[in-house]
Amino acid sequence: MPDLGKYAVEVLSAYGAALALLLLLVLVSLRRARRVKADLAEVEARRHGD
Amino acid sequence: MASIWEYANPRKFMATTDVVLPWIAVTAALTLVGGLIWGFFFTPEDYRQGATVKIIYLHVPAALLAINAWLMMLAASLIWIVRRHHVSALAARAAAPVGAVMTLIALITGAIWGQPMWGTWWEWDPRLTSFLILFLFYLGYMALWSAVENDDTAADLTAILCLVGSVFALLSRYAVNFWNQGLHQGASLSLDAQENVADVFYHPLLVSIAGFVLLFVALVLLRTRTEIRARRMRALLLRERMG
Repeated sequence: MPDLGKYAVEVLSAYGAALALLLLLVLVSLRRARRVKADLAEVEARRHGD
Repeated sequence: MASIWEYANPRKFMATTDVVLPWIAVTAALTLVGGLIWGFFFTPEDYRQGATVKIIYLHVPAALLAINAWLMMLAASLIWIVRRHHVSALAARAAAPVGAVMTLIALITGAIWGQPMWGTWWEWDPRLTSFLILFLFYLGYMALWSAVENDDTAADLTAILCLVGSVFALLSRYAVNFWNQGLHQGASLSLDAQENVADVFYHPLLVSIAGFVLLFVALVLLRTRTEIRARRMRALLLRERMG
């Protein structure tokens, strides 16, 4: 861990907030991608089953 | 050579991105983590700004993408208006949340950086204010897509909003040059080597920017694929209901 001196709180909170937002964006995007893919597969299966 | 317009075909787009997306995602993760580790652990303090200079590896790439994501949405919206390719309209829709998060990161890291350097979290400075307005445009753009039920009408209306918002995207980039007032300094990156930050900060910054850009591309491709599937699902459900 580098010595951040008197600015440790600022630097760490900037990294914490930015990385948390990026991680959240990635997780939300992946979750929605999986859910929509599954829902579409279900609708298409129903359509082909008719 | 294949024409770029082939990718406006949803099937072609899905088949191509199915192959390239994992590679882009892995490269993005490696580049981003590499750039941030280099910048955070292996660069010295700045003689004036101390350790706060390490915030540059988040703030500058996020701000750069906040503006360029909107410009990418503008290009996609223009393609939609002129050529009526659904994939381009959906790509613009897919990019908006990514651009909004980048703008939010730029605003938050800027405020955290500004406090010790300028003595204030916020100032109604030209660049800061235009970034805040850009963020509000992102929110409005996403809300408009959600509010209109018909996909084509939503694409038309959001394309117009995107054109209007582009003024603020450009203003965010050039506000510092237009007004010689405010706290925010000029660009950290320039074609003029004299104006650039020192090499010791510049090289990890370039890697970090490359990581952010690749992450943006990966997320936009992933989200565009989702939007294409969601659009097809809405069409099939409508057909079911019509009987």
